Amino acid sequence: MPVKVEKDALTGTETTGHEWDGIKELNTPLPKWWLWTFYATILFSVVWWILYPSWPSLTGYTKGILGSNQRLEIEQRLAEARARQQVWLDRIAAKTPAEIAADPELARFAMVGGAAAFATNCAPCHGAGGAGQGFFPALVDDEWIWGGTLDDIEYTIRHGIRNADDPEARASAMPAFGADGILDRARIRDVTQFVLQLAGRATDPAAAERGAPIYAENCASCHGEQGEGMTALGAPRLSDAIWLYGGTPERIEAQIWRPRLGVMPPWQGRLSEETIKMLTVYVHNLGGGQ
Amino acid sequence: MASIALGRVEAAAPAYNEDVVRWFTIATMFWGIVGFLVGTYIAFQLAYPVLNLDLEWTTFGRLRPVHTSAVIFAFGGNALMATSLYVVQRTCRTPLFGGPLLATFLFWGYQLFIVLAAVGYVTGITQGREYAEPEWYVDLWLTIVWVVYLIVFFGTILNRKEPHIYVANWFFLAFIVTVAMLHIVNNLAVPVSLLGAKSYSLFAGVQDALTQWWYGHNAVGFFLTAGFLGIMYYFVPKQAERPVYSYRLSIIHFWALIFLYIWAGPHHLHFTALPDWAQVLGMTFSVMLWMPSWGGMINGLMTLSGAWDKLRTDPVLRFLVVSVAFYGMSTFEGPLMSIRQVNALSHYTDWTVGHVHSGALGWVAFVTFGAVYYLVPRLWKVQRLYSLRLVEWHFWIATLGIVLYITAMWVSGIMQGLMWRSYDSLGFLQFSFIETVEAMHPFYVIRAFGGVLFLAGALIMAYNLYRTTKGDIRVEEPMPVGAAARLAPAE
Repeated sequence: MPVKVEKDALTGTETTGHEWDGIKELNTPLPKWWLWTFYATILFSVVWWILYPSWPSLTGYTKGILGSNQRLEIEQRLAEARARQQVWLDRIAAKTPAEIAADPELARFAMVGGAAAFATNCAPCHGAGGAGQGFFPALVDDEWIWGGTLDDIEYTIRHGIRNADDPEARASAMPAFGADGILDRARIRDVTQFVLQLAGRATDPAAAERGAPIYAENCASCHGEQGEGMTALGAPRLSDAIWLYGGTPERIEAQIWRPRLGVMPPWQGRLSEETIKMLTVYVHNLGGGQ
Repeated sequence: MASIALGRVEAAAPAYNEDVVRWFTIATMFWGIVGFLVGTYIAFQLAYPVLNLDLEWTTFGRLRPVHTSAVIFAFGGNALMATSLYVVQRTCRTPLFGGPLLATFLFWGYQLFIVLAAVGYVTGITQGREYAEPEWYVDLWLTIVWVVYLIVFFGTILNRKEPHIYVANWFFLAFIVTVAMLHIVNNLAVPVSLLGAKSYSLFAGVQDALTQWWYGHNAVGFFLTAGFLGIMYYFVPKQAERPVYSYRLSIIHFWALIFLYIWAGPHHLHFTALPDWAQVLGMTFSVMLWMPSWGGMINGLMTLSGAWDKLRTDPVLRFLVVSVAFYGMSTFEGPLMSIRQVNALSHYTDWTVGHVHSGALGWVAFVTFGAVYYLVPRLWKVQRLYSLRLVEWHFWIATLGIVLYITAMWVSGIMQGLMWRSYDSLGFLQFSFIETVEAMHPFYVIRAFGGVLFLAGALIMAYNLYRTTKGDIRVEEPMPVGAAARLAPAE
């Protein structure tokens, strides 16, 4: 076949003499920098093969002169990190949350460890930093449904609330006053006005007055005469501006009709003892520990 | 001799099969827009999860493979078939082997594969292997179609009227043969029943993972690199009207590329159950792959020696050349990310997503756009494109979209990696996972907006091409001197 080598006018380089559909090829030599960089990457690889495990054989593989082993290295680093923390964790294990909180150095460690554990395990419901979200209560204020002492908080973390996994979980059940036919619509509306009055927000004083005896008879035993709440039963305070399930008359009526009852899983067994104690100190310290 | 060489271009042009090239070109644009649209939608899903719509068919998990398969196999695959079948006929000066029958089967068979795969994804039928999601029955069908593709392509090469095989065809052939091997081995599976969709892989554990990433990485290497280099090697010299820069470089980088690429897969499994030695081999072969990859870039860019001024006046050539620049960038970033110490930061982060898209949007899509802009006026036998100004708009809008996309992913990926590894002095993690997700939100929004721009550019292109096929010519300010003459069909 004809091979017609010609010189490209623009570059002065010869072509190979082949042509396909009008396309020709120059016979430019390999760029030097390209070739040397290619050699350099090969050299780099050879050095790596000498240093690290690389080529397989029938019975094993070349181990490399650095004796590198990824799995051992990560185990070593984890062990070192654990050992550094273990000093602190041992001290935490030996103390109650109250003792930890009283020891400034230990409390600092517990706050940091608690924050890390909180962000991973608790924040999905209680929000970043315990700010609360949706129907999950904020932990940064001083209203505690189940109590805000270190002991209360530790118990709640350990056993959770209204779950089937832990027989010692905190439990209480507000009756479904409407759905179960204990109170009719009108009376629920009246008692709602009374509840709003406890918080200083009643819009219908006459209804609130009618609601007073209904409240005294049905609600006061848990929520208190003046709506002060009772942490032992997880009955929230009604005389403030915090409404977990909504503070409008409609939402309050809905809650009385068929209440939402908050649930929390037990963390004992899932988290280490030390982590539970650190979480306790952390949550207690978020804003309103008692 | 010279007179024969001259005369053959004019007189002896055989009856090429251009129908099938036209169909594949239309399919390229159709599936491209589908793929970009779904990609943009799932980008918004990541920023605003409510867009999952609480329906199983529209969740991110099901739509993501629709996006990846639509852009790689539907858009990219149709583009490869359109261009390879066009190029092989002209550079071998012979019509397609097997005649219109095989070509027609190839076209419809491939479209059926795409539809079967997509229907499976949306209804939850998947092997759960990235980029190899279709179940066994779809895999078998694709195998048949692919063998037909090989027969048509290789048969045409065997029938060639040229003494030598043009470099573009080496790349196309390497792509077709290797993808066949990868597809078959990675999809070796045992169906649970002949009437059920479910199957189980023949491999287990880390062998399964390694087979998958041997496939997965070479899907990038042979489908998205070798195949598209084939496109580059024909359309860049054609559009620039210059000879290929270096024949020697094309030989060396071709063989180095296909020899080295096939070993690079293990870098997807750094710091996993894969033995250290396999990780190191995967990494070093990826590093050695740097220059062989760049050989293609050099040959693409340097082919413009003496014709750089055309970049100012020819937006089609600009698509082709910028695609080669993105190719160079991605093929530098890839070896870098394969180094274990870098990978420790980048792996599982958005950096990987940004890397893939600088290759997919910048290289694969741009070289395809350039080739399709070149092809359509010639395939539909019209004077020229409807509007070069619209090509220019497409170019800038899409480029801006890519830049927004990849910079957003670089920043968010590196931030994500750094947040994951942040410890305080007491040894506790600084950030919870959800905090890292929250921090990425603004970048997800920017990325989705980049996707909108890229999609908008493709819609402009589709309109431009539609008007081109009608033979319309837009009344507009012409491109600077010389462009119009060059863009007229060569024949």
